Amino acid sequence: MERPFTLLIKPGERNIMGNRVDNINYWRWREYRLTLPNKNWKKARVITAGIDVGSVSSKAVIMVDGEIYAVAIKRTGSSSPDSAKKVLEWALEGTGMNIEDIDYIVGTGYGRVNIPMAHTTLTEIACHAKGANYIWGPAVRTILDVGGQDIKAIRCDEKGKVLSFLMNDKCAAGTGRGMEVLADLLKVPIEEMGALSLKIDEEPEPVSCTCVAFARTEAISLLRQGWSKEKVLAAYMRAMALRMCNLLERVGCEKELVITGGQSRNIGIVSRVAEIIGIKPLPTPDWEKDGRDPMAAGAIGAAIFAKVLYEKSQKA
Amino acid sequence: MIVAGLDMGVQNVKVVLLRGGEVISRNLVPSGFNLREAAEQALKEAAENAKISIKEIDHVTATGMGVDLAPRADSTISMISADALAAVHLHPATRTVIDIGAEESRVISCDEKGVVLDFTINERCAAGAGAFLEAMARALEVDLKDMGYLSLEAQGTVSISATCVIFGESDVVSLIHKQTPKQEIARAIYDALAERIMSMIHRIGLKPDVMLVGGVAKDIGFATTLRRKIGLDVIIPEYPEFAGAFGAALYAVNKARREKHNGQ
Repeated sequence: MERPFTLLIKPGERNIMGNRVDNINYWRWREYRLTLPNKNWKKARVITAGIDVGSVSSKAVIMVDGEIYAVAIKRTGSSSPDSAKKVLEWALEGTGMNIEDIDYIVGTGYGRVNIPMAHTTLTEIACHAKGANYIWGPAVRTILDVGGQDIKAIRCDEKGKVLSFLMNDKCAAGTGRGMEVLADLLKVPIEEMGALSLKIDEEPEPVSCTCVAFARTEAISLLRQGWSKEKVLAAYMRAMALRMCNLLERVGCEKELVITGGQSRNIGIVSRVAEIIGIKPLPTPDWEKDGRDPMAAGAIGAAIFAKVLYEKSQKA
Repeated sequence: MIVAGLDMGVQNVKVVLLRGGEVISRNLVPSGFNLREAAEQALKEAAENAKISIKEIDHVTATGMGVDLAPRADSTISMISADALAAVHLHPATRTVIDIGAEESRVISCDEKGVVLDFTINERCAAGAGAFLEAMARALEVDLKDMGYLSLEAQGTVSISATCVIFGESDVVSLIHKQTPKQEIARAIYDALAERIMSMIHRIGLKPDVMLVGGVAKDIGFATTLRRKIGLDVIIPEYPEFAGAFGAALYAVNKARREKHNGQ
């Protein structure tokens, strides 16, 4: 069962204009899985997996001798154990590998306490830093992770070890969930919103409130004033970016900066963060070819920790 | 003399018509996309219900979040002042007014004349307002109208996060998954909102009598929880969602009288 997000209008319900909502889920982003070719897991010394059950998406990464072999990303369901199982099974699909072939599994993310197949669990903070270090290399010093309902600003060293971090622990304002609400309201596919928000003549003032629960009424009041969809999106994303930059400034933003999590896909957010903070984040790698997906950074980090922990357990 | 109080709410536009100080009509219209049209319709229907022509209304006082979009406003009043006027008029011993609307909550301390002494507002955060109950009812997959009664049947207590609607929703979803009875989850939802309101009350200081107004006042689950937390009776007027509009109408009476006086 998919997690029912309460702030979206369900098909068949009437929206604010009094029209029935169609069945197109504009908020639905693309789930995917990939296996990297030219890797023979049967000859591997060590096979590990990282599973990151987030509030909105679940990620699984399988590593063969410390290199990405398979990646899968799915929407999180209402149950963390089921979501973890499903995403891992999907990552394994077509590889001939079974769960029993994996030597060590590390669970992380919001639902990490509920991942039955994990040998151990680690915080997503540690995993994101490790994952970012793997994706972009040792130059990474600051990580901005923006997920479904979390914003985290993390400082790390050249080994991907966490030095300090800050996160939104009291309020989900400015997180990815707001984008789902606006996709639903404005009928814009979620993956096109970022580019659309940049199609404006002049950057508008940010909205004064990014509370996810108020995103709909906030946007409606701007539409009432005759604003275009593009301008509404720009104002909302600017406010989101300002919240993120506030965390970044408080944690101390240092080069190189990278962005992970679902919002790393949102060019409207990435470009605004770059402009406000004055540091251009490192570009996203070609993850569809090498699996180095910033959205899966937590799961990648977890799989790396799994290898370290497995090797330790073998020595002992 | 006929006057109107017009409350331009986020969710509903409310109108109260008074003739000689007596209510002759109440009307509520969903705000919809076009707030001005909704308000025009609300006024027109209110006049029709009272069998008067809209032109006979001597004075309109507007209030509420969308006050700028009022189709007619001979004067305006803040929601805070309107609430206090209405509460003291309806129950003269009222000294604390709690107003919980769709997106905003207010706790107001006032004197025997309905003059505001102090107030605090919860704004820009849905976790302290009616929107919280609405979102949680959806997460629980129950009708908001039924959630109050459901909460009264709770045998035990659990707790959910009251700091944010989005986090609260996650809590509700995981409680459902743990097969916690819906009654207990419903009670936890009211407890969470009431806790937020209690912290506002503590900021202002609680002086009896206490009146609860706004749309959420009609929710038996919330009213019961608030009474339990406050430990005092909480007075709920007959039409709590019209308190702001009624207060505005009372203000309009004074304004219209003064204008008449000055005109003569």
